[in-house]
Amino acid sequence: MGLLMIFLSGVLFALGLGISGMTQPEKVVSFLNVVGDWDPSLIFVMLGASMTYLTGYVFILKRSKPAFARSFTLPTSRDIDRPLVFGSLLFGLGWGLVGFCPGPALVALVTGYDSVLIFLLAMGFGMYSFEVLDSRLKGDPDGGAGLIIKR
Amino acid sequence: MEFTLIKPLFGGFLLGLAALSLLFFNGRVAGVSGILGGFLSFKKRDTLWRFAFLTGLVAGGVLLLATCPETLDLNLKSSPPAVMLAGLLVGIGSRMGSGCTSGHGICGIGRLSQRSMIAAVIFLSSGIAAAVSIDLVFGGLI
Repeated sequence: MGLLMIFLSGVLFALGLGISGMTQPEKVVSFLNVVGDWDPSLIFVMLGASMTYLTGYVFILKRSKPAFARSFTLPTSRDIDRPLVFGSLLFGLGWGLVGFCPGPALVALVTGYDSVLIFLLAMGFGMYSFEVLDSRLKGDPDGGAGLIIKR
Repeated sequence: MEFTLIKPLFGGFLLGLAALSLLFFNGRVAGVSGILGGFLSFKKRDTLWRFAFLTGLVAGGVLLLATCPETLDLNLKSSPPAVMLAGLLVGIGSRMGSGCTSGHGICGIGRLSQRSMIAAVIFLSSGIAAAVSIDLVFGGLI
């Protein structure tokens, strides 16, 4: 039952991405390209989504635990550190380059376009290599890449 | 590009609702890069719920293609090398920065997390920088 509700949350998330226009890379790029034929409509996606979340999450967190899990698992870090800044910077560059971010790319898998598959494979490879590299460097107190180990 | 207000707002509302639903049922943040990254790392023992959510995203794509195919009428003009580079940057960047447009942009900002707001300002700025400079230098997508 829990898994079904998680699955349906994913389905609803995908519908939101599709209806909002986030699954269309050319729309995303024309939102980010502020000097071109600017399409500001995607601002309202983030606004609508975060305002909805803001309104609801307070009530949900008043409950002692989630419906189908032992506890709430929320991020605890408050540090504005280098990985956050540098990682977000890289993410944005990739996002602006083609117009895809992780959710919409997964939703677009069904189209079977070569570009979508290439994007997903490269993204998965990037994520996996970062996980491997990160945990390896974290275990080494004298690891060279302070950028990654300082969390 | 035509300016539309209702669809982005309503789509955003659905996104917020879906993220609330995941929080209510599973107590988790609906950050796609975090969910996928954790799934791909194979180190965590909680792969099942991740798989359920990711399958839901893909199934939602099937539903979109069947009911409103214009939402997946992708007009991809980018070349394969650019797409590959973008995928790598998005993959590495979202894991290093602990979130993407969903985890930071929707859930983090929704929780009024300062960390997520800063992340969102940074990735919006670098996204704008990338899109604008490509347009100015190459006169269109590469």
